[in-house]
Amino acid sequence: MRAFVVAVFAFLYLPIALVVLFSFNAGRHASEFTGFSVQWYGKALSNPFLVEALKNSLFIATTSALLAALCGTAAALGLARVGARTRAVFDALLGAAIVVPGVVIGISTLVALVQLFGVVNPFLASLWPNDQPPRLALGYGSIIAAHGLFSMALVAMIVGTRLGSLDRNLVEASSDLYATPLTTFRSIVLPQIMPAVIAGFLLAFTFSFDDFIVAFFVAGAQTTLPIYVFASIRRGVTPEINAIATIVLVVSVLLVVLAQWQLRRRKPSS
Amino acid sequence: MRSNVLRHHLLTALLLGPATAWLVVFLVLPFVAIAVFSVGERAPEGGYQAAFTLAQYANLPARATAFWNTMVLAPAGALACLLVAYPVAYFLALRAPERWRLILLALVVIPFWTSLLMRTYAWMYVLGGRGIPALLATIGFDDVRLINTPGAVLLGIVYGYLPLMILPIYVSLERLDRRLLEASADLGATPLSTFLGVTLRLSLPGVMTGFSLVMILLLGEYLIPTLLGGGKVFFIGNALVDLFLQSRNWPFGSAIAITLVLVSVVVLIAANRISTRLSGARRVDLI
Repeated sequence: MRAFVVAVFAFLYLPIALVVLFSFNAGRHASEFTGFSVQWYGKALSNPFLVEALKNSLFIATTSALLAALCGTAAALGLARVGARTRAVFDALLGAAIVVPGVVIGISTLVALVQLFGVVNPFLASLWPNDQPPRLALGYGSIIAAHGLFSMALVAMIVGTRLGSLDRNLVEASSDLYATPLTTFRSIVLPQIMPAVIAGFLLAFTFSFDDFIVAFFVAGAQTTLPIYVFASIRRGVTPEINAIATIVLVVSVLLVVLAQWQLRRRKPSS
Repeated sequence: MRSNVLRHHLLTALLLGPATAWLVVFLVLPFVAIAVFSVGERAPEGGYQAAFTLAQYANLPARATAFWNTMVLAPAGALACLLVAYPVAYFLALRAPERWRLILLALVVIPFWTSLLMRTYAWMYVLGGRGIPALLATIGFDDVRLINTPGAVLLGIVYGYLPLMILPIYVSLERLDRRLLEASADLGATPLSTFLGVTLRLSLPGVMTGFSLVMILLLGEYLIPTLLGGGKVFFIGNALVDLFLQSRNWPFGSAIAITLVLVSVVVLIAANRISTRLSGARRVDLI
């Protein structure tokens, strides 16, 4: 069995390792490694379209993860204060936000937003009879909102789990000692759930940074890094893509390791 | 007293407000929108025309190939994942040395959170003309075709979703009460019958969770069949991308999406039934 497990881990990591290795290949071909070079990184990072897509992805991932961390944490705290029935409804909706395939989330958001814009834009136009009226369209906002849906549900789940294992005695002791609810929250609850909030933020960022399929539907005229990479891959495999893939892989691996470390920390730093 | 109660409810509402708004505007309403579209008609220029008709659903057989491929390759992929995942989860939960366990578990979780696009691309690279086929050609096997085949899609599926299958099985095996295994052995059961009667049985909730999650995500899969199937192996996901972004037949696409969601719900309910019947249901965390 040990041999089988080793083989599975090799299966999981060898293809990625090959991509990383060949991103440093001096030659163009995948079948032979002709020497070490970072030229493909230079080529990739001097491509203005690619840099633009990378910037978009970073902006979208940061914004959606921040919003998700805030709303998801608030939701987890709120859910600890409601009855079992309300909780069940929320849990079902949050679960759906996580489990429904990205294709369906992308499509339904696209359909709903296009319908919504069809109503709102003529209305806005009627309010600005002379000037250029503001026009709602697909773009940053719609990607952030669609990514944030999954991410918020994820944060709510992770923080909710941590809240469930919170030491009640500390909270009670705090209020017995006449601390106001706000003080109790700041000095007892927040330090204990903070690792979960940070882990949730990091995973939300990773999800948004890596997501292709949801953004593919709701991006409108915008390009994210995965959309750009997908388009280039379909034109053919090139060493530049190996370099981008390596960058993306390194970013996600770092963030996930950081998130896991946060979640497994026993003692909260206050 | 009364103002305290009021304050309590007000704060709860404030905490839940943003999440509720988000869930309603970007999950519930969009779902209602595609449900409405799915009983509508296609306008001549490609948009949507209000109607109440089941014509879109009656038209589903037009995409029979995509349904057929998905309905064959999604369960087959999930099953292949399961066969590879179970021994790994078993080893991690019951056989791995304590100090290695967390590291190995992290090594399973990391691919799950790294870009599926990049990981699928890695196989495109390995299976493509200049990867394994080029290596095979140097030892005399010319013209081996690996990419753009159903086999490549299946491989990509196992690769992409293996971590998602390992995790829930690991969780259910790890929580297993080891005294049961000893008791079974003490009562004279062979290792095989202990495994079948105790270990496998008690890990079934994890197996069902993993299987249904992978199945559902595969029903909507687009990247793997597109990149590794090379336009020859169409999934429902491909049909949806085509209908929404290329041929712009939104009502028909909505009907397909609704069907997909209904199938997912059936899969979830069936999996839940099976696992609660065989043992208590358990929550499984994704990290």
